[in-house]
Formats: sequence, C-alpha cells, structure tokens
Amino acid sequence: MSTIPLTSNTAPALQRRRQALLGDYGMPIVYAVLFGVLSVTVENFFSLANVLGLMLSVAQIGMVACTMMLCLASRDFDLSVGSTIAFAGVLGAIVLERSGSVGLAVTAGLGAGAIIGAANGALIAYLRVNALIATLATMLMVRGLAFIVSQGQAVGIANETFISFGDTRLAGIPLPVLVTGACFVVFGVLLNHTVFGRNTLAIGGNPEAARLAGVKVERLRVIIFLLQGLVTAMAGLILASRITSGQPNAAQGFELDVISACVLGGVSLQGGNARIFGVLVGVLIMGTVENVMNLLDVDAFYQYLMRGLILLAAVLLDQLKARGGRG
Amino acid sequence: MAPDLRFDDVSKRFPGVVALGGVSFEAHAGAVHGLLGENGAAKSTLVKILGGQYRPDGGSLQIGGRECHFHSAADAIASGVAIIHQELQYVSELTVAENVLLGRLPTRFGFVDRAAAQRLVVERLTAMGVDLDPGAHLKDLSIAQRQMVEICKAVMQDAQVIAFDEPTSSLSHKETEILFRLVKELRADGRTLIYISHRLEELYALCDACTVLRDGRKIVTHPVMAEVPRERLISDMVGRELSDIYDYRPRPMGETRLHVQGVADGCDFTVQAGEILGFFGLIGAGRSELMRKVYGADRHAGSVMLDGAQVAATDPAAAIAAGIVLCPEDRQEQGILPTASVAENINISCRRNELLGGLFLRHRQEAMRADDFIKRLHIKTPHRDQEIRLLSGGNQQKAILARWLAEPDMKVLILDEPTRGIDVGAKNDIYNIIHEVAARGCCVIVVSSELPEVLGIADRVAVMRDGRIAGTLARADATETAVLSLALPDSTSDLTSDPISARRAA
Repeated sequence: MSTIPLTSNTAPALQRRRQALLGDYGMPIVYAVLFGVLSVTVENFFSLANVLGLMLSVAQIGMVACTMMLCLASRDFDLSVGSTIAFAGVLGAIVLERSGSVGLAVTAGLGAGAIIGAANGALIAYLRVNALIATLATMLMVRGLAFIVSQGQAVGIANETFISFGDTRLAGIPLPVLVTGACFVVFGVLLNHTVFGRNTLAIGGNPEAARLAGVKVERLRVIIFLLQGLVTAMAGLILASRITSGQPNAAQGFELDVISACVLGGVSLQGGNARIFGVLVGVLIMGTVENVMNLLDVDAFYQYLMRGLILLAAVLLDQLKARGGRG
Repeated sequence: MAPDLRFDDVSKRFPGVVALGGVSFEAHAGAVHGLLGENGAAKSTLVKILGGQYRPDGGSLQIGGRECHFHSAADAIASGVAIIHQELQYVSELTVAENVLLGRLPTRFGFVDRAAAQRLVVERLTAMGVDLDPGAHLKDLSIAQRQMVEICKAVMQDAQVIAFDEPTSSLSHKETEILFRLVKELRADGRTLIYISHRLEELYALCDACTVLRDGRKIVTHPVMAEVPRERLISDMVGRELSDIYDYRPRPMGETRLHVQGVADGCDFTVQAGEILGFFGLIGAGRSELMRKVYGADRHAGSVMLDGAQVAATDPAAAIAAGIVLCPEDRQEQGILPTASVAENINISCRRNELLGGLFLRHRQEAMRADDFIKRLHIKTPHRDQEIRLLSGGNQQKAILARWLAEPDMKVLILDEPTRGIDVGAKNDIYNIIHEVAARGCCVIVVSSELPEVLGIADRVAVMRDGRIAGTLARADATETAVLSLALPDSTSDLTSDPISARRAA
C-alpha cells in the first residue's frame, strides 16, 4: 500500500509564517508608520492634548466596537447601535429631569439598552430573522422611540454629577477614554480567555458545527446582543453627559462608523475571526484620520470621501491577505 | 488512432496531501472509459480537473491531440467538455428549457424567446427519447429527471467529452436503464465518455475500457473491459484483502447501557457496554436522522436511557453532559469549526471541565492536550495552531474524534460515516480508535454506507429501511446477503450482488 506523502514544506512554512505575521500585525504596522509620519508632518498633531482629544473623539466608537466585534465574530450584524445611543441618552436625560436621581437615570438608560439588545438577539436567535433585517427594524423603531419620548426636542441636563462623567479627568485622562480602555481590556479578556469568547468565534465559523459540539448557540447569541445593547447604552449616557443633553437625533450613521472600525481592524464579516488589538487599531485609525483632516482644515465634504476610501483600502488589503493565505 | 482524451502525468496537491500523483491514461471517441477506485482514490479530483474546476499542479490534459489549459469551468465547456456531477448543478427556480440553454438562451429583440427555447429543447429531448415538460421548474422534478436535463444540456453544448461522476447513485433501477440507453447512444454518436462508478455490474455493462485509481495514483488501465475478471478489479482497487484493515478484535461485553425507545417509529435499540453496533441502510433510510435525535440535535418524543437513567437530551450540550457524543455525517458542514485551529477544535467541548475560577481558559493545558492527541492519533498538521480547514478530511475527522476522546465521561460514541472520503491509512487509524473506545466499556454506534466497513467492525448490525430498523443481525449472521436483503426494497436487489456495488447502493 502506498501512503500519501506529506508535502515537504520547510520553505513554504517559513513564508507562511511571515505572511501570518504580516496578517496579524499588518494594520498595527501601517498605523505606527502613519502615526510617525503625521507626528513629523502635521503641525500640532503630536501633543498630549491633541492625542487625548483624538481618543476622546472616538471614545464612543471604541466602546461599541468592542461588542460589535463579538457580533461580527459570530457572523451577525447590528445596525441598531446608533439609535440605541440616542434613545439611552434621551431616556437618561428625561429620567434625570423628572427624578433628579443619577442612579435611576443610569439604570433606566442601561436597562433600555439591555432590553433592546436582548430583543435583537431573541429575534435573530429564536425567530431566525436575518440579523441585517432584524436590527434594521429595531434601528428604525428605537429611533422612533427616541423622538416619541422626547417629543422631538433635545432634553437638557443640568445635574452636575451626571455632567461630571463626561469631563472628569483621572491622571489627566478623560473618564470616557478610560472607560473605553477598560472595555478593550474586558472584552479582550472575554474574547481570548473565556469559553464565551471562544464559542462566539465558533458559532461565527460554523453555527451548526458549533451546536453539535455542544455550544448553546441561541443563548449565546442573545447574550452577545444583550452585551452590545448594554455597552451601547453606556456610550449613549456618556455622550449625553458630554453634550449636557439627550438628543433624539444623535449618532446618526454611528453604526456604520463602528462597523468600519471593526473591519479596519481585520474583523471578518464572514465570522469566526476577530482580534481585539486589531479593533483598537481600527478605532485609532478612524480617529486619527478625522483628527488630522480637522487639523489640516479639510472640507467636511472631502472627509466623507477620505473615510470611504480608507475603508475600501483596508478591505482590499484584507482580501489580498486572505487570497495569499489560501495560496 | 490518436487518443481523443489524454491525461499525461497529471498531478494535484492540496495543503498537506498529494491528491493526485501523476496520473496518465487515454480514452477514445466512441467508447466508454470507466474510472474505478475506492473513496479517496481521487476520481472526482480527476474529473474536476477535466471540467476546469481545479487546475493541475503538474502534467497536461489533451483533447483531440491539443493541449488544454482550463482556467475555469467555462473554458472546459468552450472546449467541448461536459461533466455530469454527482451533485447536479442546476438552477432549481428556472425551467427545464432555461436550464438547458442557460447562458445561451435564444433572444428576439433583446428579449428571451421562450417559444424558440422550448422548441429547441423539446426537439432534443424527443431525440433522446425523454418525455419532459420544458416549462417545468427543476425544483419540481425528480433527481433522475434533473440528471436528464443535465445530459440534454451537455448534448446541446455539443460536448464531445462527457464525464459522468457516479450518475446512478440516486437512481432507481428503471431510471438507471434509461441512463444506460442514453450513454450508449452518446457512444454510438462518437463521443468520448468517462464513467465513474463503484458498481462493477454497471461498469461491465457499459464500459469498453477502464482505469483503476488508488490513493491518487493510477494502478492499471485495462484496454478491454470484458476481458478483466471481477476479482482482478477488486484487488486492483483495494490493494489488499478486504478484511484486514478492520482488525476486528472480539472483546468482553457488559450489561446493556443504552436504551433508545420511541425516538422514531420502529427504531428502538439497545447497546451493551463495550459493544460496537453498526447501522447500515440505503440513502434516506433514516440512519442519520435517528442518530441526530438520540444526540438531541433534533426534537423527538421518545426516551433515551443511559445506565438506567433518563437522558434529557433537549440539545447536544445536554447529551454531551450526559456522556453521549456524535461525530456527524457531514464533516465540513457539521463537524469542524473551519476558521478555528486544530487545538481549538479539539478543546471546544472538554474545556468546560477545567476552567480557572469557572471562567478562564487554561491555555497551557489545552495546548498540551492538543499536542498529545495530534501525536497519539497521528493527525498530520504542521502545528496545533493550523486552521483546521487546511487539513485533509481524514485528519479533520481525527481531530473531531479527539474532541470526544478528550471528554472524561464519554459513555456513548456515535459515528456517522466516520470514514467517508478518507484515505486508507487514516481509516485504519480510525478503526483502531473505535476498538479502543469500545474496549474501555463505552457503547459505540457506527453508521456507515460501506457494507464491508459495517461487517468488518461491528459486533452487531442494525439494518434500516424506510425510516425503521428492518432487523438486527449478530456478527456471525451478518453476511452481505443477509444485510442487503433487509436493506433493499424487494424489487431492486438484482443490481447489487457484490460488496463493491453494495457500498454504492448505500
């Protein structure tokens, strides 16, 4: 009997390792180079104040990108985050106005987020509605709710304690940036060091195989979306605190920014693949590009163009990588 | 006479394995050339190269003396090659006429000319002696009728080289006869035909010449089929005595551990400690469905008792917790987590028992376990962190087995088609694992369509027919004839009288 020989593969293995290295660290390297070049070429870019400002500008995107990463990793999608931010902010502001209790306001906002998230999850996991459609529907409904409860008007916030969430600094770092950092740590650990994270990747890779391997797929989906709703509501409350009002039309198009950041960070829309470090870099790239264009006084109209081009470039890079990997 | 189709030293590699190692043979116009070999012999790989779906890594393909380099299936079609695939490739929402003429529909003023299309197709179908409504949607037709549509399409494309990849696997006896007539007509028409089948009877009835493949290599080409004795073909294909790879070892059996009752109509069975129970039946006999229910993957109203206790298997997670595990039939779609590493695929289930503080993974332990299984089960992978989708089928199957062997409390191991599409070496490894698991006192259930496999490893054989267990035979009574007479509907037992054709029938 002739056995099938393994291909001898010392040289290709080395090449593959180099490719994998490039795959894992490609975007971070691109970002490091970009950062270096901008520090030298763009006036006022390389200063603590500017870099902190940059981070603050992407704090909300960063938080939500952490949970969006889990969503995408499990081969799902969430379009409702922008509406949830607005609704949580408006609801928090109204409860604060009526009750004067910060605790109650935060609870109401987070509770609303959790309910929206769990509803998304249940629609997708148990009623098997396509994630795109389900969250498109909740996106519209939640935005509508934000307008209904606020009667279309911004709800002002006067409570000092609540406002201090947005502008407190610890060791010189704004609180929202610290919260975002904490999110990256927590969700990084969840993704890489817990069954929850591993199973999330498993159901993204192949849901049926994951189920037969003992993963409770439906329950896991609901938990992922619930976390997404919770974190998004937190981002909404922080935004409300920063702008001292609950705005029913806040964060329009926010969902696309978050998904862009994830894709920039190498999260595959096919599921089964995600790296927290990549998402962090994706968020930073988004923030940096916007920051630099503002510093250079680039017309807002052209900023849209640039952001689209960068997203496209990142996706093409990713495909090139995938093709290389497949050989 | 110049060969009309010539494979010259064609080779094809996939990550980790050489699928096809330099195969050469010729086929002639006006003749049917049979292609034989076991599962994993690379017959389908060869056909996919002919059809432009794969590009060979070495060697060349010549049609009518001209070298062909196909970059796509379209290239192959343009060069007059048509493949009738095992899994037919049609658009189920379109009509017969639209499918036949897909890509070349006649138009009038830029619009599809339905009347002309139907006329063209009816003409051809009538010439073929097939009675089909050209306006019927493919989704409403039987598999045999869809196959006729594919053949009609090949003829309309004026394909001079037509390859049939196991065309009779889902056909009834009568449908097979119609297919045979068509193949013979195409031969009389002077076309070059390649015919892949496991059924020796068919090959003798149809083929003028044949080539035997084994493990990706050509073993022999017989220019005159009729002169080759059947025993010779079998030994060419298998390369050894049929029985020795199973390595059956009788072992002591304990009390009955598993009772399955009322899960599906007429499907009650029991398994003893240390027993290997084989499940045999034709396609659609309901074996996989039954196993999925026992595993909790599909709902049922029956009862599964293990060691005297009711198993509340409402989902696979519960079944696993109770000690019942399943290696599913379709490895690609239901078994592997394709984008995860080999280590991850092994650890996905058993890690729940060793979490740090009930929450955190123990990476070092998982890596050691993965390396241990990679070594013990001879899983061929460059590294435990290799994505599992890049491994060959046999090695993927071993990784899934490792996933369950890692379960400390495994009591019932269900294997659905454990060796489908796996090369001979890996098969032997898997049979060894099965015996070891049984020797530990576990219940092992092996569902297989390969009759020799079932007879080779099982202590007892349950035979299913039409969703019910038609009978259960002890190893001593489980002869091919006995098993087949239980498995086959009464009328069509004539095509299947040898072990090789039996595995096709299943």
